Amino acid sequence: MFFTYLRRELRNRRKQTVVVAIGLAVAIALVIVVNAISTGVKDAQSEVLESVYGVGTDITVTQPAEGPGEGGGPGRFDFGAEDGEASEDGTRNLAQDRLSTAMGSTSFDATALETVAGLDHVSGVAATLDLQNMSFTGEMPDPSEGPVTMEMGPDGSGEGSSGGSSFEIDQFTVTGVDPDAAAVGPLTTAEVADGRTLEAGDKNVAVLDATYAAQQELAVGDEITVGGKDLEIVGTVSSTTGDGVATASDAYLPLATAQSLADLADQVTDVYVQVDSADNVDAVAAAIESELPDASVSTQSDLAEGVTGSLSTASNLIGTLGTWLSVIVLAAAFGLAILFTVSGVNRRTRELGTLKAIGWSKGRVVGQVAGESVVQGLIGGAVGLALGALAVWAVNLAGITLSGASGGGFTMGGPSGQAPPDGATVQGDAAPGGGAFGDRSDALAGAAGNAVDIVLQAPVSLWIVLAAVGLAVLGGLLAGVVGGQRAARLRPAEALRSLA
Amino acid sequence: MYQIDDLTKTYRQGKRVVRALKNVSLTIGDGELVAVQGPTGGGKSTLLQMLGGLDRPTSGTVKLDGADLAGMNDTQLTAARADTIGFVFQTFNLIPTLTALENVETALVPSKIARQTRTARAVAALESVGLRDRGDHLPGELSGGQQQRVAIARALVKNPKVLLADEPTGNLDEETRDEIVDLMVGLWKDQGLTIVLVTHDSVVAARTPRRLRIAKGTVKDLTAA
Repeated sequence: MFFTYLRRELRNRRKQTVVVAIGLAVAIALVIVVNAISTGVKDAQSEVLESVYGVGTDITVTQPAEGPGEGGGPGRFDFGAEDGEASEDGTRNLAQDRLSTAMGSTSFDATALETVAGLDHVSGVAATLDLQNMSFTGEMPDPSEGPVTMEMGPDGSGEGSSGGSSFEIDQFTVTGVDPDAAAVGPLTTAEVADGRTLEAGDKNVAVLDATYAAQQELAVGDEITVGGKDLEIVGTVSSTTGDGVATASDAYLPLATAQSLADLADQVTDVYVQVDSADNVDAVAAAIESELPDASVSTQSDLAEGVTGSLSTASNLIGTLGTWLSVIVLAAAFGLAILFTVSGVNRRTRELGTLKAIGWSKGRVVGQVAGESVVQGLIGGAVGLALGALAVWAVNLAGITLSGASGGGFTMGGPSGQAPPDGATVQGDAAPGGGAFGDRSDALAGAAGNAVDIVLQAPVSLWIVLAAVGLAVLGGLLAGVVGGQRAARLRPAEALRSLA
Repeated sequence: MYQIDDLTKTYRQGKRVVRALKNVSLTIGDGELVAVQGPTGGGKSTLLQMLGGLDRPTSGTVKLDGADLAGMNDTQLTAARADTIGFVFQTFNLIPTLTALENVETALVPSKIARQTRTARAVAALESVGLRDRGDHLPGELSGGQQQRVAIARALVKNPKVLLADEPTGNLDEETRDEIVDLMVGLWKDQGLTIVLVTHDSVVAARTPRRLRIAKGTVKDLTAA
């Protein structure tokens, strides 16, 4: 009788049932979509972070540049009059390599590594030395024949006023890593593409990013000049994040080799920290800050905030607008369900009073009214689930591409965040009398930040499905409780009133 | 059947206190058919509420087969209504979304008997009011007289001790009214049912052996010798 009566009632007031169910369905669908996209965006953010900081890194420790002049970066090339070999016409062939810390970062003493390793809840640490290598090769006219002036235009292009010069500036990023600490750090998201990765005891060898190697037409067995020294390339690595995504650096050297080439003995630029449990991340970060007052300590969530580009826009949009929209629509749907249930009870005063008069208990009458609302909620939940799944499916099918960049503390010029990750090289192929420095800012942004295009994949978890159905039932239950209370207060004598 | 002593019922209507029944004492024996007449607002419906356990008196006792309805809690009253008292209303009060048969079955829902038995008894009850072939009709598809027959079947299906009817012919034309009165008188004669019939129709009242008149909260037995 319960189900027969319930079914007939819902069918009889079909319009109300449909309106309430649709209201709940839209709210549920919205909750599912917002949650799925938000999860998708978070996944994308952590992918961006992983491509830069490696898997399993909870905290990174760096030291900010103390002033504009203090940071590293591609400094000047200084050539004396006697440098290079003068050819017969007086032009000199010049080549110089400069290896220094990457722009915006400062090296600090490697003892920080032991300090951090000694803290509670730290399960893994690794230090890296992020460097930038700039090499200059070319020929310059005899400086004694006249001053060489270079005028830089507003777009960064340069032009030599004195004829006869031809040069090339090559720039790439170099990271010194400790092969022993392979569990943490940038190389954890890299997989060997060719040859091998760095091993303990390696010295004066290099592993290249596969993308960079292909671009430079370098292969395993070739040599690469870093800081003026030729190193054997023992392997190439590619990112596990996706095809065509560059790894964090163009070249990887054993930490000791990098330190000696850059003349930065016992210095590092980044410490990667793994914490035993996510609950302890904040505590460990605070401990590091107090142990190393000069250091800049970033947790994964700090780093997530540093992700720029459309990914960050999407994250903000979902985070605020999506959540509030869900809450408002959910509240409206609940309100609608309650309103219709209460008005339904009011309309059925005599009917429900009659049932009480012929011996239906209060509980049975309340249960009947509440049951109708809960079933409405279930219908709404089911429709909402289908609607939400459809919407999420559409979002995934649409293949929305989010681009995110996570810089090492700065981004520079150009359409940052969209700079291709392979744009890490400046090539000024200067004809005599002209030096082109175009695309410089783009290239620097690409070198410093790490832009990754990620197709948004919005997952629907079992948990959110259960939560959504739970919300729908809750909406129905809430309406049922309010309507049922009203029904419970009804006096059976209402049945005797001849006018309803 | 009923033993009523010194029954008073007062209502509060805003600031006004209405004394619907004043110190009523009354006995209704087993198997009696009693008509209750009187002007509107005289206390007819209030008396019926007291007899049916729909409301509690302000003072006095209403004993149904020795059990005082005035002293019962909600659960006990609900049980009494479910088991011993059958109601018939002026406006029939059938559930519009349920068929005639299902409406009759609703009266058996509180007794928690097996579904098959419930349906069989409902079919028998419908047959006893001459509507066996209308079981699958919705109330809206039945005439007023047919609806009241279904309502009577609903009241009788649980074999109550007493049938309380509140203006059962009030919404019916004369011909149908006579049919319903015939039916009720027949049930009274055949089954020895105790029936209390509230009506302002003297034609209906004339069919009953005992007539009470309620006016201004007091009862007068018109048939008392």
